[in-house]
Amino acid sequence: MLTYDEIIEKYEPALGLEVHVELGTKTKMFCGCPTEFGAEPNTQVCPVCLGMPGALPFVNERAIESTILIGLALNCSIAPMSRFARKNYFYPDMPKNFQISQYDEPICTDGYLDVEYETPEGMKTFRIEIERVHMEEDTGKSLHVGGATGRIHGAEYSLLDYNRAGIPLVEIVTKTVLGTERYAPQIAKAYVKELRDILRALGVSDVKMEQGSLRCDANISLSPRGSGKLGTRSETKNVNSLRSVERAITSEMHRHAQRLEAGERVVQETRHFQEDSGTTRSGRSKEQAEDYRYFPEPDLLPVAPSAEWIEELRAQLPERPSAHRARLQQLWQVPDKEMAAMINAGVVGIVEETVAQGADPTKARTWWLGEISRLANEREVEVAEMPITPKDVAEIIALVAAGELTDKLARQVVEGVIAGEGKPKEVIAARGIKVVSDEGELVAAIERAIAAQPETAQKVRDGNIPAAGALIGAVMKDTKGQADAARVRELLLGLLA
Amino acid sequence: MSRISNEEVARIAHLARLELSATEIAELAGEMEAILGAVARVQEAAKSDVVPTSHPLALVNVTRPDVVRPSLTPESALSGAPASEEDRFRVPQILGEEA
Repeated sequence: MLTYDEIIEKYEPALGLEVHVELGTKTKMFCGCPTEFGAEPNTQVCPVCLGMPGALPFVNERAIESTILIGLALNCSIAPMSRFARKNYFYPDMPKNFQISQYDEPICTDGYLDVEYETPEGMKTFRIEIERVHMEEDTGKSLHVGGATGRIHGAEYSLLDYNRAGIPLVEIVTKTVLGTERYAPQIAKAYVKELRDILRALGVSDVKMEQGSLRCDANISLSPRGSGKLGTRSETKNVNSLRSVERAITSEMHRHAQRLEAGERVVQETRHFQEDSGTTRSGRSKEQAEDYRYFPEPDLLPVAPSAEWIEELRAQLPERPSAHRARLQQLWQVPDKEMAAMINAGVVGIVEETVAQGADPTKARTWWLGEISRLANEREVEVAEMPITPKDVAEIIALVAAGELTDKLARQVVEGVIAGEGKPKEVIAARGIKVVSDEGELVAAIERAIAAQPETAQKVRDGNIPAAGALIGAVMKDTKGQADAARVRELLLGLLA
Repeated sequence: MSRISNEEVARIAHLARLELSATEIAELAGEMEAILGAVARVQEAAKSDVVPTSHPLALVNVTRPDVVRPSLTPESALSGAPASEEDRFRVPQILGEEA
């Protein structure tokens, strides 16, 4: 088997990413049903989204505006005339037996997104070209009954909840991305992350990958260097976290290379990413090109946004995340290296929110990049997905500043919040965490330490200040880490002066 | 007008999930050809000065505001379903796809 370095030496990777975003509109794409996540099954359905005979779709204006905003933020051209089309297929996730989508006349085309990535050779910008952004509707959710672990294979029957059917969905498709070379998996992840930040800044979606409001299909192919043409690609679905984007692509690059090295061909197919093993398994084969028999949706009129409407929307565009980050870096006085670390860890937004809650920027950055990142790594999740909020962190920072917590105790509080023990105050109360600031109690503990280690104490008296470390350690142990180490040192040196 | 082959009819029938006998396929091949021939005459009338259109109404941007309207109750939504369970539509085993 080839190592990753050998794969890159022999083959050139080509990426293609399709991102689906559920818009955060109050109602569905073509009817007035609400779009709450997690509602009881089939409580957000009506004749239109259930595909009842005679029911007619009626386009959500906010969904069109959101899509245009996305297109503008991605530097796309907005089509003066665009149409909906029917994508026909038989599958119970769409009760109509077709999905309303856009086909040959999408609303936004030809854009790009610049993605920054910190390589060992320094910060690099990769331009990801966007082919199209189009509108469609989401499908229902199936529950497979019987058989193993809810999978369709071996299931006896399936149960359908159509609450999600008809929720506005925007598909963002890149052109084939070449030139990312060995960083293909990381650039793919950075792209999805940057896209997520933009969508969040636009306020068009809650972009929660874990709830499926942002989903990514990752296409990858390898072509032998110098062959001058693209290799056969596979399309990996079920990539439900940023980390999975990187893992799925890395895994596929290894799988493709292994097949190609063995003289086998790569089959053009859909594959499913498996979170536990970090590999993909085969889904349906796309050997026979699917025939969706697209045709213009006869029940809907074209969308023809006027130049005024587009300009009105353009005026609403928020600051671009990259410009925004540059401004924050200046404001917070963050060194380049540290800023790059924050970008790569995806914590800029969280740090900003923490600062907005009153925390000092440097302290906020240290917590998110340090202790919380470390715990996130242990759990193999993104920092942003950790169950602790900017408000919690700001509160903990404030408690440290007020002398109610030491850094060490603060780490215990962070750990408790992440372990689900409650808000910082609750963790402090439940764990009985408090700084021993009663001087009498501290002095007593110091005297005990001196009595226990008379020789060490003598060294300190003789001017060997570093020797005090052992005594301070003993006091900290005695007070179960709840004393302020700096204060202990002060008192100790005072007593031994 | 090119001939519609039996294979084409069979493929279209499969896409529409229709089970047709060999006799029906042969019959339909002839009928489809006649239908397509009739429709093709539109092309004679549509000269280059006629813009392709997907809708008879010359309207664009017909939209509704993003305001919630009442949905059906699950009971009412499921009332016409052949089978249901746990407030969901129950459908037969799904074949030929791994999701």
